[in-house]
Formats: sequence, structure tokens, C-alpha cells
Amino acid sequence: MSVPRCVWAGLGLAAAIAITPAWAETPKQGGTLTYLIPADAPPSFDAHRETTYATIHSAAPYYSVLIRVPPDNPASTTDFVCDLCTEMPKPTDGGKTYTFKIRQGVKFHDGSKLTAQDVATSWQYIVDPPKGVVSARKSFYEMVDSVQATDDSTVVFKLKYPTTAFLPALADPYAWIYKKDILEKDPHWYEKNIMGSGPFKLVKYEVGQSITGERNKDYYHKGLPHLDGIVGIYAAKQSVRVDALRADRASIEFRGLPPSARDQLTKELGDKVWVQDSDWNCGNILTPNHQKKPFDDPRVRKALALAIDQWHGAPALSKIANVRTVGGIVFPGSPLAATKQELEKIAGYWPDIEKSRAEAKRLLKEAGAEGLKFELLNRNVDQPYKFVGTWVIGEWKKIGLNVEQKVVPTGPWFSNMRAGTFDVAMEANCQSVVNPVLDTGKYLPHKVFPDNYGYYDDDKSIQLYEAMQKETDPAKVRAAMRAYETWTLDTQTHEIVLPYWYRIILGRSEVKGFKISPSHYLNQDLSSLWLDK
Amino acid sequence: MHRYIVTRLLLAIPTLAGAAALVFILMRLIPGDVCVIRLGTGGAHVDQAALDLCRSQLGLDQPMVVQFLLFLKHYAVFDFGTSMWSGNPVWYEIMIRLPVSLEVAIMATVIAILLAIPLGTISALKENSGLDHVVRVVAIAGIATPSFWLGIMSLILVLNVTSIMSGTPWLPPIDYVPLWQDPIRNLSLVILPAITVGYRYSAVTMRLTRSAMLEVMREDYIRTARAKGLLEQIVVNRHALKNALLPVVTLIGIEFAFLIGGLVVTEQVFNLNGIGRLLVQAVQNQDNVLAQALVMLVVLVFVITNLVVDVLYAWLDPRIRYS
Repeated sequence: MSVPRCVWAGLGLAAAIAITPAWAETPKQGGTLTYLIPADAPPSFDAHRETTYATIHSAAPYYSVLIRVPPDNPASTTDFVCDLCTEMPKPTDGGKTYTFKIRQGVKFHDGSKLTAQDVATSWQYIVDPPKGVVSARKSFYEMVDSVQATDDSTVVFKLKYPTTAFLPALADPYAWIYKKDILEKDPHWYEKNIMGSGPFKLVKYEVGQSITGERNKDYYHKGLPHLDGIVGIYAAKQSVRVDALRADRASIEFRGLPPSARDQLTKELGDKVWVQDSDWNCGNILTPNHQKKPFDDPRVRKALALAIDQWHGAPALSKIANVRTVGGIVFPGSPLAATKQELEKIAGYWPDIEKSRAEAKRLLKEAGAEGLKFELLNRNVDQPYKFVGTWVIGEWKKIGLNVEQKVVPTGPWFSNMRAGTFDVAMEANCQSVVNPVLDTGKYLPHKVFPDNYGYYDDDKSIQLYEAMQKETDPAKVRAAMRAYETWTLDTQTHEIVLPYWYRIILGRSEVKGFKISPSHYLNQDLSSLWLDK
Repeated sequence: MHRYIVTRLLLAIPTLAGAAALVFILMRLIPGDVCVIRLGTGGAHVDQAALDLCRSQLGLDQPMVVQFLLFLKHYAVFDFGTSMWSGNPVWYEIMIRLPVSLEVAIMATVIAILLAIPLGTISALKENSGLDHVVRVVAIAGIATPSFWLGIMSLILVLNVTSIMSGTPWLPPIDYVPLWQDPIRNLSLVILPAITVGYRYSAVTMRLTRSAMLEVMREDYIRTARAKGLLEQIVVNRHALKNALLPVVTLIGIEFAFLIGGLVVTEQVFNLNGIGRLLVQAVQNQDNVLAQALVMLVVLVFVITNLVVDVLYAWLDPRIRYS
């Protein structure tokens, strides 16, 4: 009997806890943490409109959210806890109404009182922004009918239909709570300014250089934050970050380092650093362009999947690239993810690679596509896009395919996908909170999900997804997810999911209180970090 | 002379306009736009309504001709616009970064001049001697070595040497502080990039100084000066070097102008928040407004530097007259 993936994830977490005894220590107060932000300056500080982690890593410590992943267990894919609310509500009205009680006595950094009005208005701007205001994740909240503050301490979310996707969507790390008065006066104010109610107060921001904060003495989570101050230094180049960690110019970076950097630093610095790693809720996907022959033929698409030896490729790749765990359309750490046994029945995951490749060759011959020559469109990003792309091409060569990798900068990469001017594209599906139902919307046909660049029409796919989306019984959701996954990856092979990314965080040994999460967007308010100096 | 300078400055206007038109067209030949990059780089869902709104706010939904005419109209009144990426005025973005690039460029130029002119001159005067060979090897190595590689190597060297010496690897700061705020911290950050850039710069200048000096030293007027019984020092400094410097000054001018916007990789290696890095970001983010302004800035620096070089010609060689 094989062990379910969620058990492996739990064991991994337990192991991580075991090798990090510092978690059990009593936190010390004080000190300033210098951390690296692996980006240039963020386009703006308005998390409602941005999608880059540069905004989160810069300004999340200055804001509060309504609910979030548990700071003491951010690896959990199913638990959510209150930040500004007092307790997680039980849905009423057949799962369509969620009533949140808001903490009293919370203050914004300008000294004004934070009320349910601020929470409701912030959410109204996210769910249904006024004209001229960008909300990057508006489509996450299609299930939301209304958000209202019924009084100064109560916020009510009414849904159009009950769904398990709602609470994880509500824990979105970009959903910062802004001040109602400011938003109503100038909805663009937060693009250039920072003023929240989070654990730190902004001291100064030097464009493209650094962002500095100090402890918020009025923070509502008692005893937090532990640090007196934080300094985030922008360092887009990996070599700069590695050197800075090595020379103790900075203590930690929160996005993730490649295995080579981890190996170099742990070898050189020994016990002066610690490492935590986790599967990452991001992964590369191969998207065949269904509008182009012969990729309109499911036999050809299936052959592409069958040629790739994921089970042996992933561990080998993990030594040089930020990828590790083989998974289906759902993040491997989620209870909704396929087990290894379930995956092995799907094209591209067969345990016997020789049999799999023989079938791939047979399908290609049957489709008249033997020795097929085509281009793989890839993004000009080393980790892990180019590493994974090179590996995949090698795998395809083993069934006689002749594939050339076309590596282009981000702009042209997107434009080619959006214009449908590619044969097969290396995409990425990178999410924050693990929300399987929302995350797998990526595999819906282009007409209902414009970010799907496979350009296929498939009504059955939509039916299978909608059945899952509106189901609330976990067992039935899981079964519906398997049907949707099998249809997407095996029956139709609309997409080929490659090994999930692998997040490696390395910190100087004096940094304590960090717990890795499956996303670089999560748990970034830094309130629980402390310095053992 | 004044008239010449004014004429040259006026001639800069069509040069700038031509450069502006060229960069406007080139930037738009790249597929994609700033909104797609801004809303899509995270790898998550790109909301079409957000994308459309972003494009509309930045005027990217306008026909190209309209965009070009608006661009010309704004430039005519010195309105360089706001960055499409950050929303900050372009001049604000540039002024934050200019001191860093300027400081590295000036320091590198000083290092290059201090190394190149004496060594190039000595090398020419001691032609084919052991010293000449050493200087030529140093110069050729400098030309052949990319400054970013030298930068990476210098950082590794500093880290390893300090690690061996004190047991703790040391590195200069990675966040810039202005010279007037903390001179020591500033210099410890800027000195390594200035040396690595200055070395390559000095290598090119050294070669040119040597060859120019060799040529001049064979001229009749040098023989005449020596025949008059002048001291060798006066012959070299007053008669030879001053004349040999004409092409060297041109090269120094071009290199200096290049350094203002051309330290792209060096600025990244040393995490310097300068103009070169900003230009790369602007192109990567398809921030057309900012990229256009930066190219214009670099063109302007070239125009002014060339003008200064031409004026210096007249000082170095009194036979040159501008009227």
C-alpha cells in the first residue's frame, strides 16, 4: 500500500521541525533584520493591483489582512486563522453567508481606529473595484455577491453559491486592509504610499535601494513583532544575494535560492546558516497549441506527455534546478492532490517509462507525426524555466522528436502565448494560498479562462470543473477533481504538468522564528521573526 | 567660439529628435507591453479587465500614430512624462540614479587617466623594453577582460581574502549611501566598481596614448626641440604629450559618456542603483516612456561630451580655431 502524498508532506514538515530546534526557543525582543528582496523596485505598493512578490516582500510587514494561513504553521494547505477578525466564522445560509467579527482597538499607523468599515471597503475594492481602479485578482471572487459592514465590528460576505474555494481566496496575501477614508478620497493613494495597521511602520523608502520599517508599538497581536526594525534591500541579481548572505550583509531572503547556492553557502558557512525547504505552489506546464497541427490531435499531445520520465527526471533535476516533486494539477501537499497510485494511471506518469515511450511512438506513428519537428517557446528565466525546458527537449528526443527551444524575454513570451503564435509553450502556474479549485481554473478552455493559451474548446472540461466548483462535500470535491484531472491530463492531454517547484530558504543562524510556506507570497509580515544575538 | 558652441547646441536638437523617433519605434517593435508584464509576471491569472484598464490608463490603447504625436508634443515642452512601471515622473526616477552612475563614471575616469597617461607615455618612451612589455600585457589583458567578470572576480577575491585573514568573509555594503552622508561607506561601495571599470577604460586609453606618443616622438618638431637643447622632460611634456593627447581626449570623452548609461552589467554585479540598471529594467518592463527618456539622456551626454572634447582640442592645439 502506498503512502498518500499528504502524509509525506506531513513527515517532511515534521522532519523540518526536528532539524530546527530554534523554533522551541523563547523569542528575544529587539534588533533589526536586514533581508534581501530579490527584485528591482516594485511597480507600486498597492497590493490590490499588483501581482509581483516584490510588492509583498516590500510592504506586507506594514499591513493587516482579514484572515491568513496560520503563521505558526504556514505549510498547512487547509487551515486559516484570523488576523483582523476575532474568530473564524461558521458559514450560515447553506454555506452562502460568512459573518466576521472584527477586532476592537486596532489602530492604523496614523493613529486612527480601524473598523469593520475599513475592512468591508477594502474588500469591496478588491471584489468589485470602482471605475478606473485595477483589481488584479477580481476574478478570484466571482462567487462573492456582496460585502457589507453591518456595524463597526461586523463584516458580512454573501456568496452567490457555496464553494470550498471561498475561504482560501479570502486568505489571499495581497488582500491588505486599507483605510476607507483614503480609498474613497483617492483610490490610487496606496500605489505610492504605505499606511496600514501591520506589525511594522514605514520609516523610509529609497526607490530601488531599500525599504526600512520600525516596530509598531500599537500592534494588536500582543508581544509581536519581536524585531525593533526591518530593512529590505533590493538585490535582483542572485550572485549579489548569495554574496550578501555569505558576508552577513543580509540575514535572509524569502523567495528561494537554487540548490547550487544552497550547497555553496552551507558548505562555506556550516552552522552559521540554516536551510528550510518545501514544495512550492508553482510549477511549469507545457501547453500544446491546439490551433496548430498536429497538436490538435490528442494522440500527438498524449505522446508528448508519455515521453517524459517525470519519476526519474524530477530527483535528478532537483540537484540543479528549483524543482522536486511530481504532481498533477493540484499542489502535492493538498488533500485534493492525486496520490502516486492515482497519478501513475495518467499519461506522463506511468511507472514503466519504456512502455510509456513505446506507446508514445505508437501514437505518433498512428497520427502520422513520427519525427515531428517543432519549437518550444520558453521564458528567458534560468530557474527553473530553461533548466526544465532543456530536460524536456532531451526527453522528447528519445521518441524521435526534433525540438528547438526558443527562449525569449517575458514580454515576447507572453505576447506569443496570447497571440497563439507558438507550437508548444512552457508556462508557469504560480499561486499563493493553496486553493485547488481556483488554482485548477487554469486548465479550463480559453473561452471561459482567458489565461489558458492552449486555445481548445472543451465543454466537458467546463462541466467537470463546474461540478467540482459548486460541490462542498470534501470527498465529492476530491472525486470530481480526479475526474477533471484525468480528463485534462490523460484523456485529452490538454496540458502537461511538470514537477512542482521547490522552495529553498537559507537564513543566517541568528534569524529565528521563520517557518517555510509553500509560497513566497505567504506569511511575509515578519512579525514572528526574531534575532538570537 | 561662443557662436560655435551655440551652433553645436542647436544642432543637438535634431540629433535628439532623431534619437527619440528611433527609440520610440524600436521600443514598440518588441512584442508585448508593460501591462502584460506588470500583471502577468507572477505566473498567476491575468485579469483581462485589469489589463484593459491598465492599457487605457497608460494610453496604450491609442493608435500608434496618436501615441507618437503625443510623445513629440510632450517632448517639445520638456515634458518627459511618467514611468509606465512606477507611475513616478521620469526625471524623479533618473535623478535618484544619476548620482550613482556619475560618481562611478567620474572615479573610473580619474583612475583611467591616472593609470593610462603615465604608463602609456613611459611605455612609448621605453619602447620594446621590459617595462613596455609589462605595460602592453597589462593593457591587452584589460581590453580582453570584460569588466563585469572582473567585478565578480574582485568580489570573490575580497570575500576569500577576508575570510582567510579574519575568518569572516567581508563584502562592501550593497546599499548605496551618498558621498556627503557617509563618505567611508560610500567609497567602500563605489571603489570596487570604479576600479574594475577604470581598469578596462585605462587599458584602451593606455594603448592609444602609447601609439600616439610613438608617432609624435618621431616627428620633426621633436627632433628640432631636442636639437635646440631642451630638457627631455620639456620635450616630452610640452611638445610630445600635449600633441599626442588629441586622440586620447576624444577617447576619454566617448568612454565617459558611455559610462553614464553603459554600466549595465557592472551595476547589477555590484547592486548599484544606477542609470544602466534602470535602462535594463525599463526595457525589460517595456516601460517605453522611461526607456525613451534614458536613451535621450545618454544621447545628450554624448552630445555635450563631444562638444567639450572639441573645445579641449583648441586648448591642446592652438592651431585649431572654431569660428
